[in-house]
Amino acid sequence: MSQLFNDLQDASAETYEAQHVHKVYEIIAPHFSATRFKPWPIVEKFLKELPTGSVGLDIGCGNGKYMTVNPNIFIIGSDRSRNLVDIASTQRHHEAIVADALNLPHPCNFFDFAISIAVVHHFSSNDRRVAALKSIISTLRPVTGHDNDNGGKALIYVWALEQKNSRRGWDENSKQDVFVPWVMEKKFSGSRDKNPPTTGKTQAEETYQRYYHLYRQGELEKDIIAAGGIVCNSGYEKDNWWAVVQNRVQG
Amino acid sequence: MKLLTVNFLSCPLKSCKTSPKSFPLHFKDVEVVADPEGAPYNREMLLGLLPRVEWGALVGSARELGFTGLPGEKPEGEGVEEEILRGVWEVLVQTQVVSGKLVCGSCGYEFGIQAGIANFLLPGHLV
Repeated sequence: MSQLFNDLQDASAETYEAQHVHKVYEIIAPHFSATRFKPWPIVEKFLKELPTGSVGLDIGCGNGKYMTVNPNIFIIGSDRSRNLVDIASTQRHHEAIVADALNLPHPCNFFDFAISIAVVHHFSSNDRRVAALKSIISTLRPVTGHDNDNGGKALIYVWALEQKNSRRGWDENSKQDVFVPWVMEKKFSGSRDKNPPTTGKTQAEETYQRYYHLYRQGELEKDIIAAGGIVCNSGYEKDNWWAVVQNRVQG
Repeated sequence: MKLLTVNFLSCPLKSCKTSPKSFPLHFKDVEVVADPEGAPYNREMLLGLLPRVEWGALVGSARELGFTGLPGEKPEGEGVEEEILRGVWEVLVQTQVVSGKLVCGSCGYEFGIQAGIANFLLPGHLV
């Protein structure tokens, strides 16, 4: 099984992610959105501490739940899922667009901040995860000289392998590449997909599987460095590894 | 899409990143509406974000939408008249491009805007 996940060529990785990430989020969007409303504390703090007038990105914004945390900053949220972006666009203080994290429609070396919460772990190879991090980091204004405060900062969150006390109960001995089920309540299904992948438990629900790469302790920092970023700070919150990252001047 | 947003967008194609023509993207076939219920005027936020704005590009983008009233020079400093700031806020944030296209001046690719949402996904062969 691990051989299947390792060494995927980019084209087949894209097809794999289309099937096991993007298609699933399009189907589950309204139900997923209904359960995503409470901002995580460290993300909320990061956003609230930004100076008034900061301009930045929410890469993988989902239903836009972080976009209204701080009314004094301007955020452009992007997500691969059109259905989630539709929901994110219902708040009108910011902007939400449909885009892929690997090909962001933004100038490089520019933004004051970025957040990417529970996104990078959906890429199905190490190369693609590092490429996603590189894409995010490159949007930030680089640090110059010795004063790290003048560079933009990104906050990245990924699911942790080490979450023994969570309902999933994974730990350092578990496999890192997994499918995580989403049980879709019937009341949220429209007629989006006539033949959805399903192993439904009851007549009222259908189950969809999403691909995740669970990050091991230290792995996020390693990938950030491989992506050319600077790790300012890192830690663990609510079954996630997180890191605050800066961009360095290239060349 | 707010007019302000186009000042922070460029073509997603990697080969266009180094071309100055990939910013700003150019509006085409647009339908624009006023959105007075959009984000309420926030003077401090506007003053805070103006330094990040590429003013020349923004004036050009505004003209593409038919707005010629933006000042030629970027309003700067605490002494800027309130009326000017409110006018700038209205054009930047309280207008919505409901539909149309954003065109890259380098590769010519056209990105669609539908129901106010721009779509920057590239077909597989262009990535």
